[in-house]
Amino acid sequence: MNFEFTEEQLMIRDAARDFAQRDLIKDVIERDAGSIYPTEHVKKLAELGFLGMLVDPAYDGGGMDTVSYVLAMEEISKVDASVSVIMSVNNSLVCYGLQEFGSEDQKNKYLRPLAKGDKIGAFLLSEPEAGSDATSQRTTAEDKGDHYLLNGTKNWITNGNTAGTYLVIAQTHPEKKHKGINCLIVDRNSPGISVGPHEDKMGMRSSDTHSVMFNDVIVPKENRIGEDGFGFTFAMKTLEGGRIGIASQALGLASGALERAVKYAKERKAFGTELSNHQAIAFKLADMAVKIENARNLCLKAAWLKDQHKPYGIASSMAKYYAAEIAMEVTTQAVQIHGGYGYVKEYHVERLMREAKLTQIYEGTSEIQQIVISRDLLK
Amino acid sequence: MSVLVYIENREGKLNKGAFELVSYASRIAKDLNTGVTALSIGNVSESELSRAGQYGASKVISINDGRLETLDNKAYTIAIEQVATAESATVLVMGSGFTGKAIAPRLSVRLKAGLVPFAIAAPSSYQPFVVRKKTFSGKSFSDVEVKSAVKIITLSPNSFGLHESPVSTAVTTFSPNLLDSDFSTRVDSSEKFSGKVLLTEADIVVSAGRGMKGPENWGPVEELAELLGAATACSRPVADEGWRPHAEHVGQTGKVIAPNLYFAFGISGAIQHVAGISSSKVIVAVNKDPEAPIFATADYGIVGDVQKILPELIQSIKASRSH
Amino acid sequence: MKLLVCISNVPDTTTKIKLSPDNKSVDLSGIQWVINPWDELALTRALELKETAGSSIEKISVASVGTAELEPTLRKALAIGADDAFRIDLNPQDAYQVAEELAALVKAQSFDIILCGIESSDYNGAMVGGMLAEQLGYTSVSSVSSLNLDGSNVKLTREIDGGKQNLTVSLPFLAIVQKGIAIEPRIPSMRGIMTARTKPLTVVAASGSSALTAVVGNALPTAKSACHMVDAENVSELVRLLHEEAKVI
Repeated sequence: MNFEFTEEQLMIRDAARDFAQRDLIKDVIERDAGSIYPTEHVKKLAELGFLGMLVDPAYDGGGMDTVSYVLAMEEISKVDASVSVIMSVNNSLVCYGLQEFGSEDQKNKYLRPLAKGDKIGAFLLSEPEAGSDATSQRTTAEDKGDHYLLNGTKNWITNGNTAGTYLVIAQTHPEKKHKGINCLIVDRNSPGISVGPHEDKMGMRSSDTHSVMFNDVIVPKENRIGEDGFGFTFAMKTLEGGRIGIASQALGLASGALERAVKYAKERKAFGTELSNHQAIAFKLADMAVKIENARNLCLKAAWLKDQHKPYGIASSMAKYYAAEIAMEVTTQAVQIHGGYGYVKEYHVERLMREAKLTQIYEGTSEIQQIVISRDLLK
Repeated sequence: MSVLVYIENREGKLNKGAFELVSYASRIAKDLNTGVTALSIGNVSESELSRAGQYGASKVISINDGRLETLDNKAYTIAIEQVATAESATVLVMGSGFTGKAIAPRLSVRLKAGLVPFAIAAPSSYQPFVVRKKTFSGKSFSDVEVKSAVKIITLSPNSFGLHESPVSTAVTTFSPNLLDSDFSTRVDSSEKFSGKVLLTEADIVVSAGRGMKGPENWGPVEELAELLGAATACSRPVADEGWRPHAEHVGQTGKVIAPNLYFAFGISGAIQHVAGISSSKVIVAVNKDPEAPIFATADYGIVGDVQKILPELIQSIKASRSH
Repeated sequence: MKLLVCISNVPDTTTKIKLSPDNKSVDLSGIQWVINPWDELALTRALELKETAGSSIEKISVASVGTAELEPTLRKALAIGADDAFRIDLNPQDAYQVAEELAALVKAQSFDIILCGIESSDYNGAMVGGMLAEQLGYTSVSSVSSLNLDGSNVKLTREIDGGKQNLTVSLPFLAIVQKGIAIEPRIPSMRGIMTARTKPLTVVAASGSSALTAVVGNALPTAKSACHMVDAENVSELVRLLHEEAKVI
């Protein structure tokens, strides 16, 4: 066992922290209030190499390990989860999926620009009628010989409008149920694609969430990832990695809220002494810290397993489930510690609380994670 | 053996800072049982220079060499070294401002003299020779022992004060032996900042931060400064946003100042800001946030809207003067 | 043309200072070490100069005097974009010793331009740059807030008391830089961190320098008395206090 981070992992953490505390913090409240997409920040994120930090340098990525990714995601999420979700989707869903399962041609053509951040990727799985239940895809990819004809609607798509490259999960052989599903790489500019209005969300308000409609979109056969019918396995495998990203995001929301609560408790006075001298507050802070440390360890364990090429699906489910749950608790407590100030935007914690809610819902709800974990126990 | 103090002039006049340095040098000279020689470079009248006698300098050496009109680090170093050697100076005192920072380190090497920069008090002992200086931008102090035969001290402004000890003064001139090759800095052009009072020398500083909401609201800050004969200053975010020039930024990475009175309007008081102002004698803070850390450093505070309080303060000072 | 940026690592500026029980030293446990802010700006400017089209700067080196603990700081400088790094293996006792060691390195490596931050945010000496220049016999300009290359000359701006001067100096040359020299320090990119793995960090033996001063004790400022709060509706009371109690206006 070794709990020490390497010098490089710490340098990456500090780089993410500097970026978050210096750049992201400046206009995060305004972007949240106005649902403004962080265009400039995403550009900087690309320049710094965070958008493709996990990708093999052979495909223009940063070649960093998943432990570093957890550290970076935590730091960025402390300040702005709308930005970290862009980073998470691009890295651990789109780039990871392409790198693991894409062909050499697909990697050269699609992975490289995504790894450099020249393009952003989106992962299109959820549907109006199929959220957590990924087996019942209604979007169809009809086999037309040399191409697929794509029809249907995808919902809640992060980077839905800004993405240049979509990974679309669609049904080719409905009779084969989930074994008939494929994943197609779709160019955002293909004819027949339309994007719905920006979703007016409770939190993560400046991330770009849309529904995406496909109407007879022609996708070349060579854009299918893996063998015919590999799509469902592809989605499940990719989501295993994606869960580490969202788990780290939830972790960052919680630890960001704790940092603010600690600072506030040390500064703010009540009944003649600092809040931190009141045991009711101090014990709350202690509980928050322990939960965060647990969540961090789960995230790092899952990341470490992934870096060692060991099975990490259950570990990432546990990390995602636990981190999301405690993110909700810890951010709520942080608001409570701030009292009235916690309820106004200027103090950030109400936003962190709104954002934490989503981590319990997307990329597999908490209940789905409970299913995954319990099925593994009971198998 | 003597104590040599380098004093600066501004347009031919000696200022409070110069006299503070002479006061400080006189204290050391008294402790060491020796005399103080003041050194001036520039075009300063004999009568002006003899004012140094009021603070204990029995001898003033004046270098008036046109080539030294602007600061050339190398040439100044050589000139001062020649005087120090001629005077057998064992302690050399300088200011810690622009010139001191530029020259003292070079002199330290030339004279093989240990340097204590930004000293805040007279030596606490002479055997060994120990001087206290500011460290961590005033968050702590260090006692520094100087082991070399010759010692150089640069003094933090406003840390020793003026102490009169009148002596009769002889002003002599000195022509340093400088070659053209000793000069290596060519001034192409120069500009003066608009503020009438130098931030680093001001007795009163009126400073404002992000609580002002925008650069368009600086009118009352300047008006108050004008009224009090004060310099204006600002916090780092304000300089970074371009609301005010960087030259006005006080704090750990900006200017470190020590006025008698410092006003902080709409400045929360981050630790880095406080580091730059903590040596101020009196700090007044106005902030809408009662929890702002600036109040922990301030001597007087008002919780309220700076936009409302500033004009009232100006009116109130005007009213108090008309009585 | 070769450029050297002298680097020191310092406790993060938000650090609360604690002393060791005997006051002989500052308690450095748990401190986050960073590149001295002014050195970081100097490095940023050096990189900008090298990246300028047609730049005559072939190489940017960074150097520091200290023990192995400061290597992460040097590697960060490499990740930001310096080409190589030198660590002079010595725990220096004062700035004079640092300057002597750096001078030995410069003599061995010959640099045309040297940049130093105006002071370190811990000891606040503002000494090393000037001492190094004198050791080398280099021209030095301090309080530099802007720096550009112009053939074999350097054009720069220094902030003097109450104004600025635009200067021209010839090489070799040492600039002691302050705020304004670069807008914002750089954040290392993933690519930068990756390439830093293969950039040389050379450990150089100390040249046998000696110090002229030593820190023999430390102290913390005495706690301020509580802030006297004045009611916002009674601003004239503040004026009275400043006038009659504090006697500052």
